[in-house]
Amino acid sequence: MIATIFLQQANFIDACYIVAFSLFIYGMSGLTGPRTAVRGNMIAAVGMLIAIIATLLTPHVLSGSSTPWLIALGLVIGTAIGLPAARNVKMTAMPQMVALFNGVGGGAVAIIAWIEYRHHFQSGLSFWVEKSQIPTLFAAIVGSISFWGSNIAFGKLQEILPGRPIKLPGQSAINGVLFVICVGSAIVLAAGVHSQALFIIGILFAAALLGNMVVLPIGGADMPVVISLLNAATGLSAAATGIALNNTAMIVGGMIVGASGSILTNLMAKAMNRSVPAIVAGGFGGAIAAPAGAPGAEDRGPVRSTSAQDVAIQLSYARQVVIAPGYGMAVAQAQHAVRELERALEAKGVEVKFAIHPVAGRMPGHMNVLLAEADVPYDLLREMDEINPEFPRTDVTLVIGANDVTNPAAKNEPGSPIYGMPILEVDRSGAVIVLKRSMASGFAGIDNPLFYDPKTALLFGDAKQSVSDITSEVHAL
Amino acid sequence: MTTITEIAILVLAAFVGFEVISKVPNTLHTPLMSGTNAIHGIVVLGGLLLMHEAHGVLEHALLVIAIAFGTINIVGGFVVTDRMLAMFKRKPDLPEAAAPEELEGGGK
Repeated sequence: MIATIFLQQANFIDACYIVAFSLFIYGMSGLTGPRTAVRGNMIAAVGMLIAIIATLLTPHVLSGSSTPWLIALGLVIGTAIGLPAARNVKMTAMPQMVALFNGVGGGAVAIIAWIEYRHHFQSGLSFWVEKSQIPTLFAAIVGSISFWGSNIAFGKLQEILPGRPIKLPGQSAINGVLFVICVGSAIVLAAGVHSQALFIIGILFAAALLGNMVVLPIGGADMPVVISLLNAATGLSAAATGIALNNTAMIVGGMIVGASGSILTNLMAKAMNRSVPAIVAGGFGGAIAAPAGAPGAEDRGPVRSTSAQDVAIQLSYARQVVIAPGYGMAVAQAQHAVRELERALEAKGVEVKFAIHPVAGRMPGHMNVLLAEADVPYDLLREMDEINPEFPRTDVTLVIGANDVTNPAAKNEPGSPIYGMPILEVDRSGAVIVLKRSMASGFAGIDNPLFYDPKTALLFGDAKQSVSDITSEVHAL
Repeated sequence: MTTITEIAILVLAAFVGFEVISKVPNTLHTPLMSGTNAIHGIVVLGGLLLMHEAHGVLEHALLVIAIAFGTINIVGGFVVTDRMLAMFKRKPDLPEAAAPEELEGGGK
């Protein structure tokens, strides 16, 4: 009896969706540890496959002569683009990749909401108006914002667009107006105005502009927050589409993504001691423009530059060395060279640890992926709270392409734009060596007093080259 | 299904999501993001469900794009996450043989 009900098609398909979202949750819970994570990812992928097959088995989904071909076309195009991209992307380019994936997800949601709207308006179902209008409008707005915002974020990370904040005069006022247009039009539509086809395009368009305007003024250093936030937005819009389409797998899947994005957004914002609204309202832009009161570079005294050979000597005779990597390591693709240096130092009996700031790099966990790629054992990696008490016991700290996350101004200079941000307290170690391309300040454009500290020495040059030079000098000793 | 049931599912999913994801260590946050990218590819179902109801070239073309976008997410997301997570596994000597190709792609 139960078996027959279960196999009736509608129930069977709903049951498949339940299996699918259970596998999503179970798979994601595998991500709590590196050992179980690969399997967890596979389990989630199986869940996705089940959801897609169940959808294709739904009555009428494949009806019509061209429908199966068009569906196949979409699936083939998507695979043809997604697979090589995922196989070939460099680990250093992961932030761009994630931003782009976020964008296409948001774009898909916006398109689906648009079609949904067109279709149901034309068929004039009054039931639909009550039930699905609000989630569909929500999905249209958030999906469109996410699509355009993510593409801008991608452009900035890929350096197609300048990474520095781009601001228009009256930016927040314009954003406010656009937001009101989006929400206002949505309310008008839900209340049942006649020129509906136009309104939905207007909403998508205003949301697109808003997405552009919100992300353009955000500086490169705030990218971890932006990417997480867009991730959350895409997830929520997918969940809203799920409600509109009565699809439990979409509701649960979307909501998991929404939860994940929200958690990461909060973590990143906390790690920068900044509120999410402040970041969305416009980067470090305003703060850099007014450096008044903060001592200028010329007041700080000279910087001391050093040579690879000196660094090698210092490192080789240290008891404990901490390496603090940042975005510069990613840009220079220096992770493998860093691993070589770590091995060389360990061979000399030096204890090497890595200090990972939560917002080092351009996305959450960016440094961990790069170091994992280079085979650095993850028990050498220390989070900020663990490593900070160790700095006084550290002989030499090697800062590789990290700037703002090591900037003591965050602790000592209440006038600094990053004042209050928790940092890696590298200035408390015995000596600091900073690998830098040039004296240009970091992405946030904030001067770093660390460079002028008497116990700091700077080694200029490409990070990868510098690290390799140091390593060969260490071997030569 | 009633709207209220769906909202109940939504709320419960939010709690489960927060519970599960907050246990993910910082180390794995990048794979977490790409993994959730793959999961929001679930929107592809929307494209699949609407295709047979579509009228005209515009709607069909848009839905093909939406399905392609969703598929990019699913395929790209799961594959790149798998690639990343494989690096986090502590490598004994065996997978070393499979690694060089990966390293070449990633560490140029």
